[in-house]
Amino acid sequence: MDMHLSSNNGPAVELNEAELLSAGPARERLVVVGNGMAGMKTVEELLAKAPGRFDITVFGAEPLPNYNRIMLSPVLAGEKTFDQIVLNSREWYDANGITLLTGEPVEGIDREGKTVVSQSGRVVPYDRLLIATGSMPFIIPVPGSTLPGVIGFRDLADVDAMLAAAAKGGRAVVIGGGLLGLEAANGLRVKGMDVTVIHLMPTLMERQLDPSAGMLLQRELERRGIEVLTGADTAEIVGEDWVSAVRLKDGRELPADIVVMAVGIRPNMALGKAAGLECGRGIRVDDQMRTSDPSIYAVGECVEHRGLTYGLVAPLFEMAKVLAHDLAGGEGAAYAGSVTSTKLKVTGVDVFSAGDFSGGEGTEDIVFRDAARGVYKRLVLKDGKLLGAVLYGDTKDGAWYFSLLKDGADVSAERDTMIFGQGFGSADAGDPNAAIAALPDSAEICGCNGVCKGAIVKAITEKGLTSLDEVKAHTKASASCGGCSGTVERLLAVTLGDGFTAAPKVKPMCKCTHHTHDEVRAAIVDRGLKTMADVFQAMEWTTPDGCASCRPALNYYLLCAWPGEYRDDYQSRFINERAHANIQKDGTYSVVPRMWGGLTNAAELRAIADVVDKFNIPTVKVTGGQRIDLFGVKKEDLPAVWADLNAAGMVSGHAYAKGLRTVKTCVGSEWCRFGTQDSTGLGVKLERMTWGTWTPHKVKLAVSGCPRNCAEATIKDLGVVCIDSGYELHVGGNGGLHVRACDLLVRVATEEEVLEYTGAFMQLYREEARYLERTAPWLERVGLDHIKAALVEDPERRRALNARFLFSQTFSQDDPWAERAAKGVDRHEFNLLAEVG
Amino acid sequence: METAISETVWTQVGSIDDIPVLGSRVVRTPDGDIALFRTAADEVFALEDACPHKQGPLSQGIVHGRRVTCPLHNWVIELATGEAVAPDEGRTGHVPVRVEGRSVAIALGEAKLSRSGCRKACGHV
Repeated sequence: MDMHLSSNNGPAVELNEAELLSAGPARERLVVVGNGMAGMKTVEELLAKAPGRFDITVFGAEPLPNYNRIMLSPVLAGEKTFDQIVLNSREWYDANGITLLTGEPVEGIDREGKTVVSQSGRVVPYDRLLIATGSMPFIIPVPGSTLPGVIGFRDLADVDAMLAAAAKGGRAVVIGGGLLGLEAANGLRVKGMDVTVIHLMPTLMERQLDPSAGMLLQRELERRGIEVLTGADTAEIVGEDWVSAVRLKDGRELPADIVVMAVGIRPNMALGKAAGLECGRGIRVDDQMRTSDPSIYAVGECVEHRGLTYGLVAPLFEMAKVLAHDLAGGEGAAYAGSVTSTKLKVTGVDVFSAGDFSGGEGTEDIVFRDAARGVYKRLVLKDGKLLGAVLYGDTKDGAWYFSLLKDGADVSAERDTMIFGQGFGSADAGDPNAAIAALPDSAEICGCNGVCKGAIVKAITEKGLTSLDEVKAHTKASASCGGCSGTVERLLAVTLGDGFTAAPKVKPMCKCTHHTHDEVRAAIVDRGLKTMADVFQAMEWTTPDGCASCRPALNYYLLCAWPGEYRDDYQSRFINERAHANIQKDGTYSVVPRMWGGLTNAAELRAIADVVDKFNIPTVKVTGGQRIDLFGVKKEDLPAVWADLNAAGMVSGHAYAKGLRTVKTCVGSEWCRFGTQDSTGLGVKLERMTWGTWTPHKVKLAVSGCPRNCAEATIKDLGVVCIDSGYELHVGGNGGLHVRACDLLVRVATEEEVLEYTGAFMQLYREEARYLERTAPWLERVGLDHIKAALVEDPERRRALNARFLFSQTFSQDDPWAERAAKGVDRHEFNLLAEVG
Repeated sequence: METAISETVWTQVGSIDDIPVLGSRVVRTPDGDIALFRTAADEVFALEDACPHKQGPLSQGIVHGRRVTCPLHNWVIELATGEAVAPDEGRTGHVPVRVEGRSVAIALGEAKLSRSGCRKACGHV
């Protein structure tokens, strides 16, 4: 291709030079540095407005005619050829009398002499100069970043380099999960390479997409075989004379035959800067695109306008229009900055975003999720106007939203239905019932079960259905995820008129969803939802990242459903479970080391005493759970306090956890003259088995050595009362606001049986109770018979439950104090960000 | 309204990467602790680290959207303004934040902490 182009080069120049001589100095000379989209758009506009006004010379650094740079991704993916993305051929330049000098970067500007000089030494005078040098890929300055095999994604040469590498197969690592990086990754994957994208941020395209949409995009790319590593920071590019791997800061090393660096672009302002033009992040221009030198203009990605730089095509075109108007002698045109929108050019992945979707004071979110179709839409409104939009999976209304957004249109009238798209309910915009009535019979209402409007209306009229539950039963509409239940209720209202009264709603988990705890939990297990983002999407959450009520609950449900697989979401835990201590009213913490079965010894007590002295701990108190509580510990001191307690062999007592707290015991047969069994020993065994578990709410156990019940075992979540013939197991009790005495579950003969029943009971509670529901209200809700049926009457199920409990325990019995005191886990939690003043 | 225009003094406090996403870190100042929050959208906000209700440390709360829930009694506070979300009423002080690249700075001089309200930063009285 180079050959072909350079053979065209010579004659074109000669022709224009001859023309220049014959035309004389009457025409002003416009020199354009940069043969890209912004510069040429300006020239095109100028030719349309004032043909022949300027004598135009264009310098291009690439040895190519003007092409559509944003279509390089389809060229990489093999969906287009280079010729198809050429915007203006060399014939066009000739026909318009433009001197085109390609493969010839401009090296300097002589502002006094008003000339530019190119790399080859060519000096060209100008009356007006336009700088449109675009941008350069930002290469992160890590060791190895200049190795051969590390490429940017900016021009055709980069695409050729990628295609050459892809032809050999092998592995590609793309650094940067933004627009460009993902398009490169997709292209390389389509070309048959194994592709890994590494991205510094937690979700892909975080500047264009909110985390929900970013997560959906990640799933789709993973489905296409692209590996995505988020939160991954590049430490080094490894290789001797060609790249061989990328090493991350966490130590992982990813083998690579090529590395594509697509972390961002930097305005290419070197020429302007060297010439002494005022520069910030780019070459500074005013609203007429003039630089600090009135004869010199700049447009496109190389400029900074009102403090902003742009990297998308639409703003460049808007700038070009203003500048062309000005150059053509017009007045009054001004560039006021751009509202931008983004679309990802990966075939089959529909992503759109525009405006400001970060939310904020006075804004409201309208979120629509259609789990069955993989659709996520979010509109951000403020004061009756559309502020931002993020669309995933269905972007056909992107242009409509974008125009509403740019125009600042008042959308109050469409507010209730606009999320469904343009024209939805246009018969009577704003009335959702009218919108439903206007739908054709073939419109699909329930995406999960494929039920259309006609079928539902027919069932309602022919079978005389009057409630949502009846429609569910007869048509299966809204019987799966329930996402369409609101629509079905409206259909009932529309079809029955006054004959319909909405059923009382079951209480949803929180304001983020209309689903109940039980529905969400069932979906997590049945549909294999393994991350919080999966739940938000599948269960059609109406907020982008949940709230302080649903997030801890979901975190628990996922942890319970997928032991060893689900990664605990730290930011979805209450502070006590993050800090592994109990926050007090003054912001200090209390620390409770575990005392197994309430037993302690001189060494432990001495260590506690030393800690109290060393850290000036103001209050030391014995708890009701037979341990010692240290109050008033400063948060910064927690790891050091734990280190000292760990050194004496003590671990966290989890006094802060929705988990196993204590196993209270009496001394039993070892000392007590009434004791019937070794209640203390059994208590220690129970505590060793159950510590560290996460449960819906706190769990307290106790073992009393005889029916005198000194350990108060019958007001515990599970209490063991020893008797001559064995052990009574009591469940579902608690002290507190509503004291509830336990119900007797079963009598057993051996310690082994006690342990098995305990594991099974814990697991049944873990799997069935709602988050923050203690065993007492859970038991009252499901009934003792239900628990007996699972544990007593069905030994196989009991054993299976116990096995699941013990399996989950293999992932939870690490002392969180030791991890933080010795291994530095979550160090940020305990350190100040900074101390100033 | 203040008439004297004085240059805003920005104090560097660290990198945005030092604050967990949907989390918070504390900056200690002579006027008390300031909590810096980072949202899922990578915005950073700074509030006085004290809930208007009973001065609970907001830095220890759960961040969701552009709000934080206080760890003591579950008041919900707007990160951008320090205002309690209805039905609760009250406001905690907030501090202007500037993020340049990854670097985070706060303008302590422009902050008006809870007792006196915040004038300069947002026009509140």
